[in-house]
Amino acid sequence: MAKKKRIELMVCAGTGCVAGGAFQIMEELKKELKARGLKDEVPVVATGCNGFCGQGPLMVVIPDNIFYGWLTLEEIPHLVEEHFLKGRPVQKLMFTPPEEKRPIPLLSNIPFFEKQVLVVLKNKGIIDPEKIGDYMARDGYVALEKALFSMKPGDVVDEIMKSGLRGRGGAGFPTGRKWQLTRQQERTPKYLIANCDEGDPGAYMDRSVLESDPHSIIEGMLIAAYGIGSSNGFIYVRSEYPLAIERMETAISQAREYGLLGKDILESGFDFDIEIREGSGAFVCGEESSLIHSIEGDIPEPRQRPPFPAQSGLWGFPTLINNVETLANVPAIIAKGAGWYSSIGTETSKGTKIFSLVGKINNTGLVEVPMGITLREVIYEIGGGIPGGKEFKAVQTGGPSGGCIPVAMLDSPIDYESLTKAGSMMGSGGMIVMDEDTCVVDVSKFFIQFTNDESCGKCVSCRDGSDAILEVLTRISGGTGKEEDIDFLTELGQTVKDASMCGLGQTLPNPVLSTLRYFKDEYEAHIKEKRCPALVCKHLIRYYIDPDKCVGCLKCLKICPVSAIQGELKYVHIIDQDKCTKCGQCLEVCPPKVTAVSKVSGNDMESLEQLPQIIPCAERKKK
Amino acid sequence: MPKLTVHEMKKMREASKKEMSLREGNFRGKVIVHLGTCGIAAGAREIMDTFLEEFDNRDITDIMFTSTGCAGLCSKEPMITVEIGESPPVKYGKLTPEKAIKILDEHIIGGKMVDEFAIGIGSERVG
Repeated sequence: MAKKKRIELMVCAGTGCVAGGAFQIMEELKKELKARGLKDEVPVVATGCNGFCGQGPLMVVIPDNIFYGWLTLEEIPHLVEEHFLKGRPVQKLMFTPPEEKRPIPLLSNIPFFEKQVLVVLKNKGIIDPEKIGDYMARDGYVALEKALFSMKPGDVVDEIMKSGLRGRGGAGFPTGRKWQLTRQQERTPKYLIANCDEGDPGAYMDRSVLESDPHSIIEGMLIAAYGIGSSNGFIYVRSEYPLAIERMETAISQAREYGLLGKDILESGFDFDIEIREGSGAFVCGEESSLIHSIEGDIPEPRQRPPFPAQSGLWGFPTLINNVETLANVPAIIAKGAGWYSSIGTETSKGTKIFSLVGKINNTGLVEVPMGITLREVIYEIGGGIPGGKEFKAVQTGGPSGGCIPVAMLDSPIDYESLTKAGSMMGSGGMIVMDEDTCVVDVSKFFIQFTNDESCGKCVSCRDGSDAILEVLTRISGGTGKEEDIDFLTELGQTVKDASMCGLGQTLPNPVLSTLRYFKDEYEAHIKEKRCPALVCKHLIRYYIDPDKCVGCLKCLKICPVSAIQGELKYVHIIDQDKCTKCGQCLEVCPPKVTAVSKVSGNDMESLEQLPQIIPCAERKKK
Repeated sequence: MPKLTVHEMKKMREASKKEMSLREGNFRGKVIVHLGTCGIAAGAREIMDTFLEEFDNRDITDIMFTSTGCAGLCSKEPMITVEIGESPPVKYGKLTPEKAIKILDEHIIGGKMVDEFAIGIGSERVG
């Protein structure tokens, strides 16, 4: 007789952990469990993204709720033997906060998880996203049943309106109003599109929802379609998300099999079905009118609005287009009511928001927090602060369309209005943390490079404007900036905002404008003093070997890929600045006790002593 | 698979809920079996199987069943620790499947400690 299940191993199989070898870890676990006769007692479950991506590959041991991270294949036999056979949890695989010695065994006690409020991600790590039964067990499709059998379509739209839900894709348009506008249209057919064209660098909220809980999107879409009177839906997702697409396809075919998609759903008379459309990763396709063109098979360029998609969208018919995270909020709102939902968050921003917390942060990962939480709480309490004892400099929210928020504004609440007031935006939820070693000119250049590449080219202001901004930024970081560049960037940025048709052009100057607002002195240092304060811009820095500190160990000389370092054993080394490519390897290998190599910028580059030729270290000491 | 009706979906949901009860974490108490080498040699796995079997048969989903290592009292193995609600943990020793069932009936379900098998109240301090 098969043994009863007593433990479940919830192994994260989100894209991040899969890239880290989660599938191999699962195979190894199964093999080791089988070898010890524990196969039935201790099943292994593949879940969606757990969220604590910085610790991946990872797993959670149910029912004790013990969290294990940074798993390796070599550790598995020991883990299985100790914990699952002999009952002794393995401390060294548990999470230990940086700077601390004691591990935190239980997931629920880890600060990263403690402060989160899960609405959209309530099933993450608990269900197997490929099993419709797992979703149902967590009250999945309860909201659909409620909508179909005890609410009229108009009631559904009213409920969403009352909840205060706003679009999670960036702009924050009230979702209920969009639904109502589409519902009011008399022409049919009506279409429903879930926008999962997630393109911001460093952002992966939507992908995770698709991967960890695909049925929540199907249910959200079913309810939306019922509300607006649509029977055809599309999920638009980029083809770079193969795992998300695969899980979504599995979920759709299961829902069809059980009659939750198709004709006469749950014998209610309501028909609805979903098709997946894969995009090829053009950033502009996240803009709704471009996305619609892409589904139609046309060139993805935005068009002038009005008419809005609600009036004339896909193939000219009324179309509701919502972000994936927005739709994933819908089942909870219908099941628990608008009153419950609107009790979470602030006056104008209701509910929760998922952020991908990346960059210079200890706890990299995906977090769901109530609106109104402060940036400081997210970065320091959930994110665990900045690694290596560095200073926080800024947080970039909203991706290439957003801006950088400085330390002085860390206590401002996270909601649509506050972020916009700070010169940034909610965006889709990317949160890139920057420390003192980040140069704002360099960061702005990176984002403008991105939007410049992704501009579809339809509007002159966006196409040529981004070219011009990029040119000026390149000049500034290259040390040939002019004093008038700052005013020029401000004026040009504003013009690009005003004159561009779609969101891409209207927001692309934000990274530049926000950094000019908060870090103008750094731009000035680049231009006037030819100095990069963060020591990042290659043209403005030099590597320097301090003759008083160098012990002549040859380490830097040997590692230099372009043989730019002269020296001999116990002779002070010198860097030939004409040959140096500024790769920085000399700085990395210089022993911590010596620290002779440093980066310098501005006046220091000229004022520091340059030896004309190598001399013995001993001779230098005598002097 | 035929298409679901509302009634069938409810049944499917209930069945899945039972299957997933371990993950919900709504436990009012805990049974911990000591699975050190001494425990295993003395028959701890048999005790464990008895509990798992009975939990399943009786549909008990509000008690967490888990394991730990040797408690240091190797001569009293097989041992379990029972923690119900806020009451201090109770350790039982020299168990047999019959004794385990009695503990299940009287202590875990009935809420009254089985004095004759108990070897101590409280738990060793960790750390």
